[in-house]
Amino acid sequence: MQTDSLSATFSALADPTRRAILARLASGEASVQELAEPFDISLPAVSRHLKVLEHAGLISRGRHAQWRPCRIEAEPLRTAQDWIAERRAAWEQNFDRLASYLAETACASEGEKP
Amino acid sequence: MSSLSTQHATFTIDRKFDAPLAWVYAAFATEAGKSRWFGGGEKWQPIERRFDFRVGGHEYVKGRWMEGEQKGALTVFDALYLEILPEQRIIYTYDMQHDGRHLSISLATLEFAAAGAATELRLTEQGAFLDGYDDAGGRERGTRELMGRLAASLG
Repeated sequence: MQTDSLSATFSALADPTRRAILARLASGEASVQELAEPFDISLPAVSRHLKVLEHAGLISRGRHAQWRPCRIEAEPLRTAQDWIAERRAAWEQNFDRLASYLAETACASEGEKP
Repeated sequence: MSSLSTQHATFTIDRKFDAPLAWVYAAFATEAGKSRWFGGGEKWQPIERRFDFRVGGHEYVKGRWMEGEQKGALTVFDALYLEILPEQRIIYTYDMQHDGRHLSISLATLEFAAAGAATELRLTEQGAFLDGYDDAGGRERGTRELMGRLAASLG
C-alpha cells in the first residue's frame, strides 16, 4: 500500500452513496443487488461505486463466480494517524515518567548537599 | 482474509526537562537510568531487559500487560543503536512486537541540547506501521472506529 493510499481513502469517502454503502456493509456482508436496493440508481452505477471502494481498499469482494459478496475493510482508516497517535502517546507517557524520575534525582541530590 | 498493509509515518516530539543535560542524557545512556522510566507504565510489567548501549549494541525489553484491554499480551521492544554522540544525539532503529505479531519498525532520533539549567530534547520517529494489529478483535474495533468516523463525517 502506498503512502498516498490516504488520498484514495478520502476521495472514496467523499460521496454520500459510497458512505451509505459502507454503513450498510458495517452490519455484514451483502451482494451488489442487496446494496443497490435502497438507492434509486442502476446496478452498473452501484458497481462503479463498489469499484472505487474496492480500489481504495475499503471493501473486499468474494471470489465466487456468481455471488461476490462485498465486505467492509476497516484497515485503510486505521491510518498512519492512528500509528502516530499511539506511538506519540507512548512516548509522552514515558517522558512524563522521565520528568518525575529527574525530579526525584534532583531532590535526592539536594538532600545530599551539606 | 486481508492483505498485508504498510503505513509510513513520521512525527516529532519536543520536550523540555527541568534537569541538567548530563542527567537527562544519563537517563537514556545508562541501564539504571533508563529502567526507571522506559516501558509501558503501571499496567505493564517488565519480564526481561537487556541494555547494550554502544553502536551496534541492542536494547531489548520484554514485558506483559497486566491490566486493561490488552491484559496478558506480551510486548517486545528490540532496538539497535546506530549512532551515539554523548549529550548530543542518539539514533537507533527498533521494532515492536505484540504477542509475536510485528507492529512497527522505526527509526528514532534523539537530539539533546542544554537550555540554561534545563535540557531540550527532540525525538523524531519515522516508521513503518505494519499489519500486526489485524486480529479479529482489532478488525472489530477498527470497524467500530470506522463507523464512528463515518458518523462524524456525515454529521
